[in-house]
Amino acid sequence: MKKLILSMALIGASSVAEAQAPARPAAAASAGDAAFGARMLGEASGEQIFTRVCAACHMQDAKGAEGAGRYPPLAGNQKLAIGAYPAMVVVKGLNGMPPIGTMLTDQQVADVVNYVRSHFGNKFKGAVKAEDVKAMR
Amino acid sequence: MISDLSPQTRRDLLTMIGRAGGGLAMYQAMTALGHAAETQFSGPPALSGARAGASVLVLGAGLAGMLAAYELTKAGYKVQVLEYQDRPGGRNYSVRGGDKIVEVGGATQNVAYQPGNYLNPGPWRIPHHHRTLLHYCKAFGVELEPFIQLNHNAMVHRKDAFGGKPQRYKELAVDFTGHVSELLGKSLNAGALDSTVSKEDKEKLIAALREWGALDGDLKFTSNLNVSSRRGYDRAPGGGVNGAPTPSKINGLSDVLSSHVWTQMSFYFNYVMQTTMFQPKGGMDMIGKGFYKQIAKLVRLNTKVTSIKQDDKGVAATWTDTVTGKTGVATADYMVCTLPATILAQLDIQVSDAKKAAIKAIPYSGQVKIGLEMKSRFWEEKYSIYGGHSFTDQAIGLISYPNYDFFKDKPAVLLGAFANGAGGYMLAGMTPEKRIEAALAQGSVFHPEEYRREFMNGASVAWSRMPWILGCCGMWTEESRATHYQNLVSMDGRIVLAGEHASYYGCWMEGALLSSLDAITRLHQRALAA
Ligand SMILES: Cc1cc2nc3c(=O)[nH]c(=O)nc-3n(C[C@H](O)[C@H](O)[C@H](O)COP(=O)(O)OP(=O)(O)OC[C@H]3O[C@@H](n4cnc5c(N)ncnc54)[C@H](O)[C@@H]3O)c2cc1C
Ligand code: HEC
Repeated sequence: MKKLILSMALIGASSVAEAQAPARPAAAASAGDAAFGARMLGEASGEQIFTRVCAACHMQDAKGAEGAGRYPPLAGNQKLAIGAYPAMVVVKGLNGMPPIGTMLTDQQVADVVNYVRSHFGNKFKGAVKAEDVKAMR
Repeated sequence: MISDLSPQTRRDLLTMIGRAGGGLAMYQAMTALGHAAETQFSGPPALSGARAGASVLVLGAGLAGMLAAYELTKAGYKVQVLEYQDRPGGRNYSVRGGDKIVEVGGATQNVAYQPGNYLNPGPWRIPHHHRTLLHYCKAFGVELEPFIQLNHNAMVHRKDAFGGKPQRYKELAVDFTGHVSELLGKSLNAGALDSTVSKEDKEKLIAALREWGALDGDLKFTSNLNVSSRRGYDRAPGGGVNGAPTPSKINGLSDVLSSHVWTQMSFYFNYVMQTTMFQPKGGMDMIGKGFYKQIAKLVRLNTKVTSIKQDDKGVAATWTDTVTGKTGVATADYMVCTLPATILAQLDIQVSDAKKAAIKAIPYSGQVKIGLEMKSRFWEEKYSIYGGHSFTDQAIGLISYPNYDFFKDKPAVLLGAFANGAGGYMLAGMTPEKRIEAALAQGSVFHPEEYRREFMNGASVAWSRMPWILGCCGMWTEESRATHYQNLVSMDGRIVLAGEHASYYGCWMEGALLSSLDAITRLHQRALAA
């Protein structure tokens, strides 16, 4: 929780424009907080986090999608072989992908990464731990 | 203040300052003269004298791209615009009956709204100080009408406040102000603030609290007719025999605090959220259409740009026609690129490493809007709510009532969700059918009897699923601004970027326009100097 507030304050500094879309994290400083909707994820398992967050972009089957730009697939993606990579992407973001990890606890980041690395046909070895995630923040 | 100058001389003076010191000096001077503090817009750019045959390629036909095309054509450039979608306007977008919404991943909605009804899935409100946008709306004949922003009679809902029962904004706001005033009055009278507040100020403050907080003679916030004249009555004033009103009962401090109403109160304090606000009559896309009318013949729709190159002679963009599959290369002397950073970050583009890094440093938010068509305007008839927003801490964020066709006996489209953050992702990840179900279930807290009964059909736009942008708006932090902003907006050889993301007014149409004006002004200077 503390971490969440911290990261929100960080983004909240960004600008007047954040007020536009009041419920996004950035709005916290100026335009109010959870009154505009569920900002935090709250309790959720790795699978639930995938369904409620990652699927918005990577699709429910984790196969990604393509338009003028693309969402890479997480299913069958060899870049997930080393757990630290997806964990880092979730914590720090990557290009158009926001740092979703700011909405999640260390354990939740580990859970969702482990879930993705062991489902959708993925059978990658080894598990990411909450400590690993903590070190990436 | 130089108040004895006639407007004409004042303008001349400003132009002189502008010439001598550039835009910023002019802006500062205007501010000192007391008439520009609210905007960086100082009128349409006076670009002229482009070299014969000089050409500009504009990528993207959103507002930034179309404004660039319009003003550069006026300045004498040969302009071509490439646009991925089958319509101009970009995020300036309205959804109507008969439209199809196709998401990445293939989910398709056929919108069934009645004629005249619409959803503004992206931009929906315009602050009175967004002078650039207002200027071009007027110039292009786009009719504006009021957007009802603050409605005291709309509602506030939190799952863990008032047993989950929504409360009227005015009641919570008056109660919050009243309780806070009473507490501050108490501390003042107890001398708790004597070391920080002078005697005269203390007297003034107490008078202020009495008035501002609607406190009684003993500086107490209580249920009485004076307070009811703000928060509403138990029995409203009437005529004749039973004309006398009876007061309503105020809520206790703890209950009021549990509602977090201060978040709404301070939301309305925001510079960009203050009344008066506007919307175009007939849908937000009337603005995009207004621009398009000026430059339609310059635009190639259904054209997906796939790479961007430049050398010392000119620029080139390769493209694919999304309908015929035909490919081609468009060339020009210069380029204004307004593609969203999400798309640009994945494109093969020939610019400096610093600019590439800047493009990759802008993640996008993922809002979701849902428009529910209802058989009747029950929120007006039964709840006396005419426009404005009812807020909730559920995923949908809020519901918002239409600002047009008041009192009409026909179906109307209600905004059933404006979701952000976790709520936005959650709704975006659902099928369109499930989104509607979630919106009905959550929105029912406000109008439990009518919501499902009056529902006819609905449509949703999940911005992270829109193929041509994969997101809603660019998100900057103080750190990323410091490291990357100047690199993003700098002219790079023959290429300059523009758009909402290249401004300090991110996620506003005004930002897209101001960014475009700045970009083409610099491009023009460069072209003349070459
Ligand atoms: C949910 C939401 C609410 C908003 N609310 C408001 C509001 O109330 N008031 C307000 O003023 N602003 C609001 N905004 C912000 C406003 O919509 C934007 O700031 C503005 O419309 C951006 O204009 P633009 O020209 O920069 O970008 P866009 O309009 O996105 O234009 C970019 C264009 O590039 C095209 N394109 C993308 N890829 C390619 C390619 N490969 N090849 C060719 N073309 C391509 C796209 O199709 C698009 O037409 C809101 C935005 C959202 C999403
Ligand atoms: C708002 C949209 C969005 C959401 C939500 C999102 N992602 Fe992403 N993700 C992207 C985009 C866009 C990229 C590609 C970035 C690029 O390379 O340009 C990406 C890339 C990735 C990558 C790198 C893949 C590669 O091939 O390099 C991983 C791993 C990833 N995402 C995991 C996740 C996980 C796990 C979640 C949920 C916790 C998630 N993402 C949620 C948009 C999103």
